[in-house]
Amino acid sequence: MSSSSISTAAPPAQIYLSPPEDNYLTHDKGIKSWIFTLDHKRIGIMYMMAILSFFFVGGMFAMLLRTELLWPTAWMIHDAYGKVDTESTLTFYNNMFTLHGAVMVFLFIIPAIPAILGNLILPLMLGAKDVAFPRLNLMSLWVYWIGASFFLYVLLGGVLSSGFGIHLPGGMGLDTGWTFYAPYSTTKSLAGVVPATFGAFVVGFSSILTGVNFVTTLHILRPKGMTWFRMPLFLWALYATSIIQILATPVLAITLLLVIAERVLRVGIFDPAIGGDPILYQHFFWFYSHPAVYIMILPGMGVISEVISVFSRKHIFGYNFIAFSSIAIALLGFLVWGHHMFVSGQSALTDSIFSLLTFSVAIPSAVKVFNWIATLYNGSIRFKTPMLYALGFILLFTIGGLTGLFLGALSMDVPLHDTYFVVAHFHYVMMGSMLFAFLAGMYYWFPKIFGKMYSEKVGRIAALMVFTGFNLAFFPQFIAGTKGMPRRWATYPEKYVVYHRTSTCGAYLMGLGLLTVAGNWAHALRRGPKAPPNPWGANTLEWHCSSPPPYYNFKKTPVADDPYNLGAWEYESPTEGWIPRHTAPDPSNATTADRTRPVTH
Amino acid sequence: MSTATDTHGPAVAEHDASGHVHHSPHLAHHFDSPEQQFMSAKLGMWVFLGTEILMFGGLFCAYSVYRRSHPLVFEFAADEYLSTPLGALNTIILISSSLTMAWGVRCAQLTQKAGLIVCLILTLMGACGFMVVKTIEYTRKWDEHVFVGEMFEKNPNRYIITGTTVPPKAPTSSPLPATLTPPPNVADGNAGTSDVAIIRPITAGPAGISPDYLVPPAPVAEERSPTYEQLSAADKKEVSTFFSIYFLMTGLHGIHVLVGMGLITWILIRATKNEFSSEYFTPVDLVGLYWHLVDLIWIFLFPLLYLIH
Repeated sequence: MSSSSISTAAPPAQIYLSPPEDNYLTHDKGIKSWIFTLDHKRIGIMYMMAILSFFFVGGMFAMLLRTELLWPTAWMIHDAYGKVDTESTLTFYNNMFTLHGAVMVFLFIIPAIPAILGNLILPLMLGAKDVAFPRLNLMSLWVYWIGASFFLYVLLGGVLSSGFGIHLPGGMGLDTGWTFYAPYSTTKSLAGVVPATFGAFVVGFSSILTGVNFVTTLHILRPKGMTWFRMPLFLWALYATSIIQILATPVLAITLLLVIAERVLRVGIFDPAIGGDPILYQHFFWFYSHPAVYIMILPGMGVISEVISVFSRKHIFGYNFIAFSSIAIALLGFLVWGHHMFVSGQSALTDSIFSLLTFSVAIPSAVKVFNWIATLYNGSIRFKTPMLYALGFILLFTIGGLTGLFLGALSMDVPLHDTYFVVAHFHYVMMGSMLFAFLAGMYYWFPKIFGKMYSEKVGRIAALMVFTGFNLAFFPQFIAGTKGMPRRWATYPEKYVVYHRTSTCGAYLMGLGLLTVAGNWAHALRRGPKAPPNPWGANTLEWHCSSPPPYYNFKKTPVADDPYNLGAWEYESPTEGWIPRHTAPDPSNATTADRTRPVTH
Repeated sequence: MSTATDTHGPAVAEHDASGHVHHSPHLAHHFDSPEQQFMSAKLGMWVFLGTEILMFGGLFCAYSVYRRSHPLVFEFAADEYLSTPLGALNTIILISSSLTMAWGVRCAQLTQKAGLIVCLILTLMGACGFMVVKTIEYTRKWDEHVFVGEMFEKNPNRYIITGTTVPPKAPTSSPLPATLTPPPNVADGNAGTSDVAIIRPITAGPAGISPDYLVPPAPVAEERSPTYEQLSAADKKEVSTFFSIYFLMTGLHGIHVLVGMGLITWILIRATKNEFSSEYFTPVDLVGLYWHLVDLIWIFLFPLLYLIH
């Protein structure tokens, strides 16, 4: 097998330790040393704080939505006389699902893995001192904050206008749905479309800058020995993601500018009443927003490729196929946007072509799934917390991906369009897959980033809670959808009560699980034991330096070898970490030796 | 743009872990050599220019869709309102400024300070000239009551560049009853009418990428561009869309010219401080690339907007 031949040919792993007192967290002190830092790790940490806060905000909206749906009537808001104010509840609900979607998509899912884990890990994985353009990197963070503050303004405007009767200029909540469909968004909606679209426009630039930075870094700063096909798969995934960010986001930018122009200047591009074409809006919007789905999922797939290999103690199976499938997904992702518009009046020919192309995306996706499963096969699997999330990812991504094929089939899409089936499908892909991958990555790199170990027991319990809660929340929605429950309804017929209540219970359980995750991390940060440089026995370069990494990552640029040569490390009980193997593994039997090593921890 | 500013990070030598002294003060700590740093700056700039092209691509796409569905409108409006001589003048100015920019980059590479400064000043003058001509054009449109949005229809008695007079529009040519035009206050846009009333039947509306996309447009009877009267009622509604596209495309391009002027001024100041040499000319090179892109986009805009009759 090729994997064993690579692992025996490779030189023994080298580790580059530095005094733990001087790491990037303690190197400089004071608020200014954070705000103006050019260090990719600190920028990553600041991204982490921002993005996790917005995840919390978006999650709160989700909880409110699910609570409203506990009863089939619009029960939530009462007027001054204690009667149910249906109109207000409906407006409230519209605002909640729009802000939930917009905040989650633009401020959490899209930047989460590239901006947090990408920033923290990418240069370390390359053995580089930083990304290619550190100032651009810092700028992208603050551009993100500027864009996000527009969303916060809309949010504040919604709260003030509905709760206190104070109307901020141009910002009274947002009720268009995260897609800002014209002509509603350009004419009728009273809400803060202009600040919200402008916020998304600005956040888009943050995304573009990160993409430019990563592509350049991966081209220029790869170390000696790391050819393109010796790059860790996480980097391949980030590369594919960056390509999409670079190519698709500018189109969203111009689309949102056109929406603003139409609303402010009455430009007739999208609104049919003034000579525009609303279908054109949908083409423009989905030309970005479908590839954006792959911006969300591809880096997650990269994380999973790392985690699965390390916790199976096996070389990743089918490296080249996984690498190429990332690129294939990135490219094919640009050709399928029309499948969001099957019922919006495009021609039957266009529909058929987009349907066919949509099916073709399933091929590289399935290539990944089968390669991960093949990696697991015969591995010595350790059910650590990251691995639990990774396994959850494979299961949920399979469900989410296969139901995507249902929706890509023209005849199936007509009845399922705009039902809870669609809601369940994209939550399985975005939340079940992307969030799980994000959590897997966070748990996997947590010891490296912070130099602390978390409680494995609590981590596992939380993982099970999130997994159970997720399925409880979203699987019933598939059934409700096939029975005809439309999405975005605040009220619904009695017969759907059981699905909605189950779903809400699941959502609460998941919320509790995520709070447990947060508690687990907070506890680890305060009281966690010190993490060894390489707690998992992985061979990608970030594990070759101390935990947390020193300010300059590597004193000497390391030489990379096969990133999945796990045989180069052996477990050392006293430190509970892995050290470079001193004795050469039996060349004839390297993988078997890996597999049969007793797992004592 | 900002990629150029990454070249001199703080504390370059202080933290250099490998201990050797850098030869170039511009070399940032995370690069091995000035060549590597230059390559990455250049690659980053090219990628960024790719995003610029895609951003304009959205507008070019909107242009194609509406030109395909309303070819007569484009011919009419471009012929009657856009001044080819002024557009051509601007094209010449911008291409010349690209030449001086490229010359300036060469001067920077050869450490010819005076040549670089002269070239940058000439480029800056070209950019100013372009904006002056653009202002003249926009002012004319403004005087003719042609602006972005719905204003075209509201001012039918317009000034005609070509000198021929067009009789005032007959009241019957109004394509829609006044009640169906959405009131300017969007907040109350739905007050009196239903949604159905505002969205016109598909035959009257734009073709766009809808099923009747495949219906060929009516053949043009004559070689000349149509006059306003020869346009159908639906086409008359679309004239404002042409100007919306015109103003958005030239406006976004104009903003890029302004940004370019700022960048050229910035490297001009740095050039007078003698900061560039054959060792280090990255910002000049990158601004040059950006300026060529601005030029290139105009080279597409000029024929698409001015030369289509």
